[in-house]
Amino acid sequence: MMADVPPAAGLYVHIPFCLSRCAYCDFFSITDTGLIEDFLRGLGREIEICRAHWAAFAFDTVYLGGGTPSLLSLPQLETILGHIRQAFRILPGAEITIEINPADWGREDLSAAHGLGINRINIGVQSTDDRALTLLGRRHNAQAARAALKDARAAGFDNLGADLIYNLPYQSLEAWEGTLEEVLDFHPEHLSCYELELKSATPLGRRFALGEFPLPTEEISRTFFLHTSAFLEARGYEHYEVSNFARGLQRASRHNQKYWDHTPYLGLGPAAHSYARSRRWWNHASLTDYIRDCDQGQRPLGGSEELSADQLRLEAFFLGLRTRRGISLEEYRRRWGGDLLAEKGVELERLAQEGLLVIAQDRVCPTLSGLALADRLALL
Amino acid sequence: MENIRNFSIIAHIDHGKSTLADRLILHTGVCDTRTYKDQMLDNMDIERERGITIKSQAITLPYQAKDGRTYRLNLIDTPGHVDFTYEVSRSLAACEGVLLLIDAAQGVQAQTLANLYLAMEHDLTVIPVINKIDLPSADVERVLEQIDAELALDPDTSLLCSAKEGTGIEAILEAIVERVPPPVGEAKAPLAALIFDAHYDPFRGTLIHCRLFNGEVKSGDVIRFMFNDSVYRVEEVGHFLMTREKRERLSAGEVGYIIAGVKTVSDVSIGDTITHEDRPCQAPLPGFKEVKPVVFASIYPIASDDYEDLAVALEKYKLNDAAFIYEKDSSVALGQGFRCGFLGLLHLDIVQERLEREYDLSIILSVPSVRYRFTLKDASVVYVDNPAHYPGVMKIDKSEEPYIRATMMMPERYIGAVMTLCMERRGVNSTMNYPSPGRAELIYEMPLAEVVYDFYDRFKSVTQGYGSYDYDLIDYRESQLVLLDILVNGEKVDALSQIVHRERARARGVQACDRLKEEIPRQMYKIAIQGAIGGEIISRSTISAFRKDVTAKCYGGDITRKRKLLEKQKKGKKRMKMIGSVSIPQSAFLAVLKSDTDS
Repeated sequence: MMADVPPAAGLYVHIPFCLSRCAYCDFFSITDTGLIEDFLRGLGREIEICRAHWAAFAFDTVYLGGGTPSLLSLPQLETILGHIRQAFRILPGAEITIEINPADWGREDLSAAHGLGINRINIGVQSTDDRALTLLGRRHNAQAARAALKDARAAGFDNLGADLIYNLPYQSLEAWEGTLEEVLDFHPEHLSCYELELKSATPLGRRFALGEFPLPTEEISRTFFLHTSAFLEARGYEHYEVSNFARGLQRASRHNQKYWDHTPYLGLGPAAHSYARSRRWWNHASLTDYIRDCDQGQRPLGGSEELSADQLRLEAFFLGLRTRRGISLEEYRRRWGGDLLAEKGVELERLAQEGLLVIAQDRVCPTLSGLALADRLALL
Repeated sequence: MENIRNFSIIAHIDHGKSTLADRLILHTGVCDTRTYKDQMLDNMDIERERGITIKSQAITLPYQAKDGRTYRLNLIDTPGHVDFTYEVSRSLAACEGVLLLIDAAQGVQAQTLANLYLAMEHDLTVIPVINKIDLPSADVERVLEQIDAELALDPDTSLLCSAKEGTGIEAILEAIVERVPPPVGEAKAPLAALIFDAHYDPFRGTLIHCRLFNGEVKSGDVIRFMFNDSVYRVEEVGHFLMTREKRERLSAGEVGYIIAGVKTVSDVSIGDTITHEDRPCQAPLPGFKEVKPVVFASIYPIASDDYEDLAVALEKYKLNDAAFIYEKDSSVALGQGFRCGFLGLLHLDIVQERLEREYDLSIILSVPSVRYRFTLKDASVVYVDNPAHYPGVMKIDKSEEPYIRATMMMPERYIGAVMTLCMERRGVNSTMNYPSPGRAELIYEMPLAEVVYDFYDRFKSVTQGYGSYDYDLIDYRESQLVLLDILVNGEKVDALSQIVHRERARARGVQACDRLKEEIPRQMYKIAIQGAIGGEIISRSTISAFRKDVTAKCYGGDITRKRKLLEKQKKGKKRMKMIGSVSIPQSAFLAVLKSDTDS
């Protein structure tokens, strides 16, 4: 009975520590690494608290994100992974990813991490231009980024990814292309190219608000977006989501896909989000609260929401439009109970005429221009 | 009658009228602090938020004076905006005296003066009251000088108070007793009662607020509304305390209510005279004017499914607003709706806001218009207040538009700016007077269409708030009128059409296109906006399409955040009207009339 077998779930672990805050980042992180031991104790408790609830699920992805997971020692990582494997059903061949800062690990650490069964590595390269790295407040330089890419490959990772940021103030298209070229030299299987988004609560956001630098115009932003896509596709990468590229779809992030198609996922660690059975919940975005609850044997719940049928449809619609595979009409009907063409056919047709969507057979897919406007398309 | 005092409080906006009214109510013990609601007399939300009184209200305050006698002080509140000048004049007609309230820090302001003139027109006793003396910036000496020089009142008659702190209240009550003359009238004479307001009560029908000048009225009496020429049997009479209090009878000099099975407030005319059917008074009380709407606009539901709800809401709303009129209307662009008439733009604003707030409706208002008069080639005459019914150039023999006489008072230094403004608005036949040194009175004849939309705001701005303005409709005058259409992506939006003066057409067309460009949010396609007269395009603007709009990261926690944002945006979009494939926000329909200088 197919329907009774839940799809393989994803497991996310949030390692909330950073040695310093990057100038553009508003994610939850803390810089006091003296709290790592307390955090690990809390995490251990949380795993114990959650395991029974997730006993029915099998996991085919594990993602160690942050923060900066590479601030943990290898033995600490080994303990976490060991505990996870013991508490949850991790399927053979599961995608196990870690995010690292290029400044943290040398060749031996990378080999050791690979030895722990971590089979996918995502390196926070961001740029290969030292001036850009300084502006972004990164603690590594371009040379460290290159070394990390090289060492990771040498350590045996055959699924290597890099995070990059573009559309920086004063950045030229040529400079951005230069960064891409340099990174492509290492033949990464995966690239995440994020446009710089200024959040007002970040140092960079404040500097922008003070008028220290201009932001590229919408037209330039579009040019960068389209150009990045064309450039990478010409080099054999599939532009499979707004900011994500993979060398062949089998190299697309299996874990991230779960966020986009409402597959259950369990998030462990402070501020981590989870989703299962139309419900989304999230842990305290405070390490103190998180550890306190875990220590008391309680779920460190910060909040939760029960998604209505309308909300699920809206999410499925906007998340679907962020991916090149788009939305399957049949699947939309089956899972979310709505006929997309009956609901929004006229508008979709009109957008198709404008070249923003393709409606073919069972699918509604954004074109590249459509992808650049995905937030607008979602407002239909 | 010796123990009755009928008075009103008049003031420039924000000089503390409502606060003082509350203090008088508290002091006389009509209600205790427990039941005291902030700004009791202004009991509609909108009134409280905007700080203006829209409907008049009345309350009877029992007061034991120092002379040992108990008086009934009838406080009649008045609305405070130029759209409602007639209502104010009727409320004042019901009084013998007024408290002229002046802010101790701000001193004499435009409305202080305008209100004083209104009070003097009715021969009322004026008691100057300087309020807010507790403010650090209070300058009582200066205000006393202004009372002497600018108002030509005796500064020694002024009273000082702080309505906020509750000081000086006793002295005010004593002054009302001592200085405001008791009403004169003859209880035995035939009934003559002035209707100064009417409210709708869902259980009792219309509550008529009135002031008796002569005679008596009691339940069972058969009364006649002299102007409306309608007859009713009185069911109940009484006074307004905190609630209605039933009385045996109302007598000459008194203020109170009459319930007489009158179904809606529209069956009553403010300013009408009530008398007895079998023993009528000789002539109606003076000053009656029929209030007619001067601004017209259509109201449409944003979602056409809401048409029935809108119809019900208008019917209910109308029960309590006699000045508002409506009838069915339909638009090619906006579907089924209603054509409505208003006293002015503030009145229109209030109706719109109340429909949205109290009836939870999302509505669109078409571009407001005045009522034009066309003589057609077949010699028939048609009145057109809806551009959709413009007869067409070929059929028209003569076009006329309504003119007003605008009376404006301002300190001398603003004369130049006001004259420029009036000339921009096609003002003619000006006269200028100097009623007191430093103060000027300007009178212009202007097309109503030029003043209804934003003239008052502009006037206040060029006179920095020191000008007061009033107008009367005078007549229809021949004019060169054309129909200005607006096309959005080539599609005519009839609700945006305006009838305009030929010479002003081009400027209006440009202005409309510019305003719409600001008001219509960018969409996924380019939007062309054009102004056209006949087939000729006279103005155009383009709203560029979105080029890039997508969040870079969307993982775990971002999804909830993003969905909430989308839900909010979609809600906003629901408040826009789809015309073809373009979403047009509510605000666009009014914005086309706003002139450049406002932005």
